[in-house]
Amino acid sequence: MDSIRFRTLPKLLLALFLTVATVGQSLAQEVGSAPAVSKEGVTPGATAGADGAPAAAEGAAPAAGGGDAAAIQAGDALFKGNCAQCHAVNEKVVGPALAGITKRRPMSWIIPWIKNSSKVVASGDAYAVKLFNEYGKQQMPSFALSDDEIKSIIAYTVSQEGSANNTPTGGATAGTDGTAPANENGSTEAGQYIDLLMIVLVVVLIVLVVTLVIIANLMKDVLRGRKDLSGRDVEQLNQRYDFSKIYKSGAVRGIAVTVFILVVLYESVQAAMGIGLTQGYQPTQPIAFSHKLHAGENQINCAYCHTSVYKSKSANIPSPNICMNCHSQIKTESPEIKKIYRAIERKQPIQWVRIHNLPDLAYFNHSQHTQVGGLECQTCHGPIQNMDVVYQYSALTMGWCINCHRETPLNTKGNAYYDNLVKLHDTKNSAVPFTVSSNGGTECSKCHY
Amino acid sequence: MQESPKYWKGIEELESSPEFVKNALTEFADFLPVKETYGSSDAAVAPRRDFLKLMGFGIAAATLASCETPVRKAIPYLNKPQEVDPGIANFYASTYFTGQDYNSVLVKTRDGRPIKLEGNPESPLTRGGLSARAQASVLSLYDGARLQHFTIDRKKADKNRVDSEIRTKLAQAGRIAIVSPTIISPSTKKVIAEFASRYPNTEHVQYDVISASGLLQANGGVLPSYNFSQANVIVSLGADFLGTWLSPVEFAKQYATTRKVSSDKKTMSRHYQFETTMSLTGANADTRVPVKPSEMGAVTLALYNAVVGGGSGSYKNATLTKAANELKANRGRSLVVSGSNDANVQALVAAINQALGNVGTTVDLANPSLVRQGNDARMTQLVNDIKNKSVGAVIFYNANPVYDHPMGADIASALPGLPLTISLNDRLDETGSLCKYAAPDHHYLESWNDYEPKRGYLSLAQPAISPLFATRQAQESLLTWAGNNTSYYDYLRAQWSGVLGASGFQAAWDKAVHDGVVMGTASPATAPTTAVDAGSAAAALSAPTKSGEVELVLYEKVGIGNGSEANNPWLQELPDPVSKATWGNYVCVPYDMAKANDWEQGDVLKVTAANGKSVELPLLIQPGQAKGTVAIAVGYGRKQTGKVGDGVGANVLPLATMVGNSIVYATTAKLDKTGANETIAQTQTHHTIMDRKAVVQEATLAKYIENPKEVTEYEKVATPDGLEAPARVSLWQDYEYKNHHWGMAVDLNSCIGCGSCVIGCQAENNVAVVGKQEVINRREMHWMRIDRYYSSDHHRDEFETEGKLATYAAMENPAENPKVIFQPLMCQHCNHAPCETVCPVLATTHSSEGLNQMTYNRCVGTRYCANNCPYKVRRFNWFSYYTNEKFENVNGHMFTDLGRMVLNPDVTVRARGVMEKCSLCVQRIQLGKLEAKKQKRRPKDGEIVSACAQSCPTEAIVFGDMRDPESRISKLLRREDGERAFHVLDQINVQPNITYLTKIRNVENGNEFVI
Repeated sequence: MDSIRFRTLPKLLLALFLTVATVGQSLAQEVGSAPAVSKEGVTPGATAGADGAPAAAEGAAPAAGGGDAAAIQAGDALFKGNCAQCHAVNEKVVGPALAGITKRRPMSWIIPWIKNSSKVVASGDAYAVKLFNEYGKQQMPSFALSDDEIKSIIAYTVSQEGSANNTPTGGATAGTDGTAPANENGSTEAGQYIDLLMIVLVVVLIVLVVTLVIIANLMKDVLRGRKDLSGRDVEQLNQRYDFSKIYKSGAVRGIAVTVFILVVLYESVQAAMGIGLTQGYQPTQPIAFSHKLHAGENQINCAYCHTSVYKSKSANIPSPNICMNCHSQIKTESPEIKKIYRAIERKQPIQWVRIHNLPDLAYFNHSQHTQVGGLECQTCHGPIQNMDVVYQYSALTMGWCINCHRETPLNTKGNAYYDNLVKLHDTKNSAVPFTVSSNGGTECSKCHY
Repeated sequence: MQESPKYWKGIEELESSPEFVKNALTEFADFLPVKETYGSSDAAVAPRRDFLKLMGFGIAAATLASCETPVRKAIPYLNKPQEVDPGIANFYASTYFTGQDYNSVLVKTRDGRPIKLEGNPESPLTRGGLSARAQASVLSLYDGARLQHFTIDRKKADKNRVDSEIRTKLAQAGRIAIVSPTIISPSTKKVIAEFASRYPNTEHVQYDVISASGLLQANGGVLPSYNFSQANVIVSLGADFLGTWLSPVEFAKQYATTRKVSSDKKTMSRHYQFETTMSLTGANADTRVPVKPSEMGAVTLALYNAVVGGGSGSYKNATLTKAANELKANRGRSLVVSGSNDANVQALVAAINQALGNVGTTVDLANPSLVRQGNDARMTQLVNDIKNKSVGAVIFYNANPVYDHPMGADIASALPGLPLTISLNDRLDETGSLCKYAAPDHHYLESWNDYEPKRGYLSLAQPAISPLFATRQAQESLLTWAGNNTSYYDYLRAQWSGVLGASGFQAAWDKAVHDGVVMGTASPATAPTTAVDAGSAAAALSAPTKSGEVELVLYEKVGIGNGSEANNPWLQELPDPVSKATWGNYVCVPYDMAKANDWEQGDVLKVTAANGKSVELPLLIQPGQAKGTVAIAVGYGRKQTGKVGDGVGANVLPLATMVGNSIVYATTAKLDKTGANETIAQTQTHHTIMDRKAVVQEATLAKYIENPKEVTEYEKVATPDGLEAPARVSLWQDYEYKNHHWGMAVDLNSCIGCGSCVIGCQAENNVAVVGKQEVINRREMHWMRIDRYYSSDHHRDEFETEGKLATYAAMENPAENPKVIFQPLMCQHCNHAPCETVCPVLATTHSSEGLNQMTYNRCVGTRYCANNCPYKVRRFNWFSYYTNEKFENVNGHMFTDLGRMVLNPDVTVRARGVMEKCSLCVQRIQLGKLEAKKQKRRPKDGEIVSACAQSCPTEAIVFGDMRDPESRISKLLRREDGERAFHVLDQINVQPNITYLTKIRNVENGNEFVI
């Protein structure tokens, strides 16, 4: 009977080790997966094309007849910002494919057309009228672009002609495909390695413990067989460990209570700190608008709809007239689009649910971060190009803000505002990067006033 | 050399009354139990159980409240206007004129709602300055007491029904009168003319609450325009031209150019003021002589005799003789103005200016001012006609004569008996509520209009917001009733095609709307009337005036003015520049009179005028008040203006006398103590500041010319190396400013104390209004205050001759006519700030740009910082002024969605229990820096200005980056270093970023020429 009781100990130990192993494994998984998410976050989907395309453009430029590389690059950005919503180079979208446009029409026609197409149509230009009628009498909006800007856009389209695989869409998808899976693989490999190591360790431990227990039992059996043992030895041999002693011991109880209290405290503090945090907040919106479709697949520049993101404190939610630029033609039968029509007909503005809410006491300015800081939208908003329904990606806590301000180097390049500051910093402390906080970016009244 | 006068902030301090001494010692206001303050009978202290109950409830409520995050909506425009971007402010040029002062303004709008007004620098008249009243008018736009729809018999009525009934009745009305204050809009006058051509028996009567009828009459029907910037000698006979008279902002701009001194320009104008009560202008004068209202005619005559000669008169005054001599020495470069409404007085003033050759230099009759056109005689005639019922219809267009005309009671009793009464006023005020029909006008920020404040200077107003209520622009109402259905906008444009020329009109119009001002005229020249002859005027004035009785004079206050904007809490709480009193009027009594009658400040007096009408108001001892006179401000005692203004003070306009057909704002009066007592809500002596001499500094021009380096007294501290400037000895480490170093310089010489900055700051920074009781409790919230110091005539240099004790005793004696000095005081943004070191939670810290930052969300409300601030510029939120119902009447605009539209969305509304103070408009600094960064350049000087500096009519406040060697402030500080630049309380070495420049008075040897 004694031995049976005694043998429960190894089982207990075994169970304990197994628990430790599982916890360890799950921890390892978390460690492994976290970087994957954040990597995905900073991989600019919609803008990856912008990074990838110049290279492609450079390749294509000489073939297209020596277009100025700088102009093409400028044209690339302008094209994406202004034209890509309705035009592709080699494919008919809302408007005609732009391949061969320089052969079809002279520059003297293209420039007035882009600046004010309705004027050209009204002037009775035969080609313009034909084009207008061909595309369902849908007017191309006017663009306040300079002649040089238009020429660079055309230069860009010329550079892209014929290279179907080199269209921005293709480039971007390739970019995303190329980077993101690689990251995922990398992180899983690391995770698996840690897992394996843990399993081996646990197995070795179990084997060790089991071996020890077996040896101890064998020793005991051998000793019991011996008759020459003194009374004290027998007593020792048959001694049973009294577990109730542990239970009754003040020290153990004290430790247990302390641990319990600490755990409860920790959990409550964690819970309290989480109050008001809405990371992951993903409300249902009145219209099932998909950023994945618009920003991801169709590569529409964020600023096309969020028009004030580069100039204002707020990145405005687009008004329905912006939706109508395309949706007066595209998918007009969709029930979700019809909601927009209804709003316009009834003169009832659409009430979107606000996802990113900062407290009133914190001042945040989009243009400071986008225009001046040069940050990508995804840095804070996450992989928006993959979100069907947008959720709050970042914590938006003060700690989160401050952390970034401490780590991020200032975008001082080419900005005369910072020239002297950079010089001052470099002469004094060039080893340390010139971060936002070293320029006073963590002072109270930068955000609270 | 030592001549710093002793300054005192008020009578209490001078007398060292026990209450004052107690407050001075405690330095920070006593804890005032919240409940007792409001007369509750509850136990003064909350018992422990209550506390526990509240705490328990609080925790439970907080837990429950935090369970669910509220869903917030983001609602974009349905069709976004091209020029509006959420978060970006747009500015539109417009014009403020409500029958008082003219201001060309820029309306700052955010997301389509006006949130602040700024001065329009394009205007050749106001040149970027803005009066306190104009600043505050943006709040009146969101006044919930405005009438929100048309009414018949004070009940909501359909617009079309009102129109058709009015048109029917107008056709049968017979004589029609349109009553308005001065209208300076040429197109509005055309509208009225068109109305009059449709109804030929129409008469348009204009009247002004503070009338300039006498001035108009004396100058042949025109109001001369004045140019103070050309005057070396200014003599003002009771005209408060810096505060309330005609066009104060324009005058203040001109005046300041002659008052600024530097080591390159050591000249300034000399300003004599003869007046009864201490006005803002009198407080700024180099030499001020108190004069009884009954003597004013004699004073004018004496000046006329001295300058022109010929008349007879017995008035003798050394200062007057001196002033006359100086005037004669500065022919063509001097100016005499008078605030009197007596045509005879004004005729003499005109003759004096004529004789001095000032016409053409400082007085312009060719391009007259148009801001006062009221005719007392016609208005009196109309009142009599209304009484006799010989008028069939009366239309009140922004006119409230029942309240603000001395014969208002007569109108009130006669109005209900008239066949047709129409009010176009913006609310059912004292007059409007007696009218059958009300067709409320838009607010001026919702309207198109044009203005011509001075011949040849046109100004436009454009709507900055869609009409908030179902109101209609008054001009459109008149056009509709005249059978013309064009909109006023089209009407205005048609009128302006005549001004701007038909060819290229659109471009010229666009530019005019953009700039807000145009040179050109749209008014027909005024037909000249016979001017009053100076000889007969002199004869009329030489009749001896009886004296011996107490004389009462009515005056206008800088904030409230004629009372038409009495429902504006910002104006009600703006401390009067001189008395520092808020919320209500009072009887200004000279110290002698109070002492002789054993009256004390706050005693309620019954003032009975010669015409038998009386008011009961508390007494305020006003140094500088002429002997044997008392003064009371008009503009108070409204009964139907709204929650804010109703019942504040008493209306004294009925006390004015009608002499012949003109209003005289002075009368004899009988004063009786009623035995009641009412505390006046003054902001002065709330914030004691150690020793005055280190706070304000002044010197004479003579001394300044002699050696500019000796006008300012610099404190030195003893060190092992001898006496050194306090800044040389420091425990603290200095900050290094690499990027910007913001600072401000305040020129005490050009600050006139008008209070425009106080309201500008309030509008910009969402500063709460606290109401009368809380001001009495010394808890006003203004981030910026203008300290007013009176000085006594005695100096420390009398120690040797008179003995120290005797001199100190003499200093205690009240000066009959003290010198006054104004000092705007806001957070000094100390580099070694005492507040920063005592904050236990680091809620107030120093920034790398020299700002003393206040972080509301970190503040726990210990108030240590306020206790440790030597300048007493920190304000504590004792209540949540935006939700506590006790403040709904005074701070109501923070309670309603309508009123909250005025709040600046970039500035937090502070919660209860946190400290707040001037931030140097950090939101403007941040915005300016961001704009520069976006354009990849350094900020330009002048691009970033604080709200107070922007609207200052005298450019006394200069704000800028002290690290930019080319900025205005850097140049100014370099120039004035060691001359006039000083820091307040320099010896305590807190090293403020705000610098003051010593005031220079244009007097010869430090002593004034008083009687």
